[in-house]
Amino acid sequence: MIRRLLIFIVWIYFSVLLIGPMAYLCVQAFGEGLSVFWREVTRPEALHGFWLTAEITLIVLFVNLVFGTITALVLIRQRFWGQTFLSGLIDLPFSVSPVITGFMLILLFGPGTILGTWFGAMDIKILYALPAMVLVTVFVTFPFVVRELTPILMAIGTESEEAARTLGANEWQIFLRVTLPAIRWGMVYGATLTIARAIGEFGAVLVVSGNILQLTQTATLHIYQSYVDFNYVGAYAVAAILLAVSFVILMILELVKARSSTVGETSLRMVNS
Amino acid sequence: MKIEVRGLSKWFGSVQAVSDVSFTVQAGELLGLLGPSGSGKTTVLRMIAGLESPSSGDIFIDQVRVNDLSVQQRNIGFVFQHYALFKHMTVFENVAFGLSIRKTAKSDISARVTELLQLMGLPGLGDRYPHQLSGGQRQRVAIARALAPRPTVLLLDEPFGAVDAQVRQELREWLIRLHDELAVTSLFVTHDQEEAMEVSNRLIVFSKGRLEQIGLPAEVYEDPATEFVARFIGSMNIVEAEVKGGVAHVRDLEFPAPDFPDGHLVRIGFRPYYIKLSEDPRHFRQRARLRHVYFLGIAYRLEIETETGLILRSRMNKEEFRQRRFEVGQPVSYAITHFRILPQQHSPALPAVRVPESPLTP
Repeated sequence: MIRRLLIFIVWIYFSVLLIGPMAYLCVQAFGEGLSVFWREVTRPEALHGFWLTAEITLIVLFVNLVFGTITALVLIRQRFWGQTFLSGLIDLPFSVSPVITGFMLILLFGPGTILGTWFGAMDIKILYALPAMVLVTVFVTFPFVVRELTPILMAIGTESEEAARTLGANEWQIFLRVTLPAIRWGMVYGATLTIARAIGEFGAVLVVSGNILQLTQTATLHIYQSYVDFNYVGAYAVAAILLAVSFVILMILELVKARSSTVGETSLRMVNS
Repeated sequence: MKIEVRGLSKWFGSVQAVSDVSFTVQAGELLGLLGPSGSGKTTVLRMIAGLESPSSGDIFIDQVRVNDLSVQQRNIGFVFQHYALFKHMTVFENVAFGLSIRKTAKSDISARVTELLQLMGLPGLGDRYPHQLSGGQRQRVAIARALAPRPTVLLLDEPFGAVDAQVRQELREWLIRLHDELAVTSLFVTHDQEEAMEVSNRLIVFSKGRLEQIGLPAEVYEDPATEFVARFIGSMNIVEAEVKGGVAHVRDLEFPAPDFPDGHLVRIGFRPYYIKLSEDPRHFRQRARLRHVYFLGIAYRLEIETETGLILRSRMNKEEFRQRRFEVGQPVSYAITHFRILPQQHSPALPAVRVPESPLTP
């Protein structure tokens, strides 16, 4: 009896929170017909938004994979002054509101500041342009790759890398042939989370982008703008597309989890067990 | 190839892990480094490999000083305690790793790996992944991987530490045969004295970063150079006695100690099988009570409490024990047939002294 009640509660919870809103969004997006949906998602503003979001996501993904992996390797494998301090900072982006992140960047690169003046003199636009939007998105997604990799690196230890060294491999060969294959699924997992978050980022990007039409308007900003302008179908249609992308990412995550736990490699689930 | 270590020391911060160790491993020898955990033996092995750099001292492999050579340049084979196999590679790829790093031709790699898998008793397992193998098989893959690039020396860190007791025995015998066949100079670390005795040609006993003794297993067992070795290798009764008039006294026991001045405290050691026991309380001169009997499989250990309250361990083989009638709690008589005055810290070993074995009657 209680068991059934609990199952019922879980179903209601999921329906109210997830299934209902998503279904309603899809109904609304296609509510005025497929042609209207198509018109809305192929508008120049919408297409530009998708393109800009993709651009930012790809750059952020690259930066996070490279620097996230380096950060995780250094924090786990090296001993240096200030290490504990830096390790403690990794999760900071999760606890800082994205809006605050955006404001920090404005304070740093604003017209009156040293950096702002310098970049201004060099004629490089940071604020209200792609660089600032990439910077804030890197900031909010920074922990994903690092957090995935640190437990894996701790679990695999250094013995197999030492073994490779005794077999004659140099540091680069060791990284490519021993370390990288051992952490690759963690990297994929961290990358997927980074992509999902980068596509969905709104607050921080809104603050630093200026939301300039067809210039600094990402897909999420476009949804917001359409909604404010009473173009509800436009907002729902673009939102439905982003929702579909998130769904695909979720599928990929599940595949990665299944893969990493069946191959017998040290990653994700094995780290927890 | 010969390995020579001279005055090797290693500090980790303010802790000295290895202090002033010197020894030579002869070409083709299988030498065991034995000591309790934390005695610095693994650090010595890692310094020879180049995985740690010594704080002072020199390492020579084949007459060449290798201190300034990187791990990669030393051409050693290293076998790790927990195998350290590459999990994402097949057995074949694992064994081939060192050869493919050296840009060996594909056909040569294939021939060498096949030969090694055959030699290791792992034919046909080349396509398996490490997680599909048993512990003993993994360790043999690790050894094959280390041997593949034909290293000048083979270093093994607790090679059988991570496998079951049953498999360990098998692997030991297998390693001895393998070494006979390949004759590659090998140095292995273990904390298991039985394993060290069985596998090594010669062995080195370590304690607290110091070399306590180096010698043949029988020498180390029969002639322990220090009290630590006496305690660590095999079982030994050890009592402290005071010298008076050339005789060391403890309770009612007396041991001739002519070379020591009056008032000197010496430690006397005797192996359990050097205590003869009789169920007849008048057969030997010393009296005791039988406290416990422990069955050891091939022998019995008998624990006695002497009239003056000393607790000593004796050992008797199974056949003898079964012919006699010992009951726990009964009075017995005993005699110590051999003893040794244990050397003070790092003084030269003193020869064992044999006490006349004939029953002494009062």
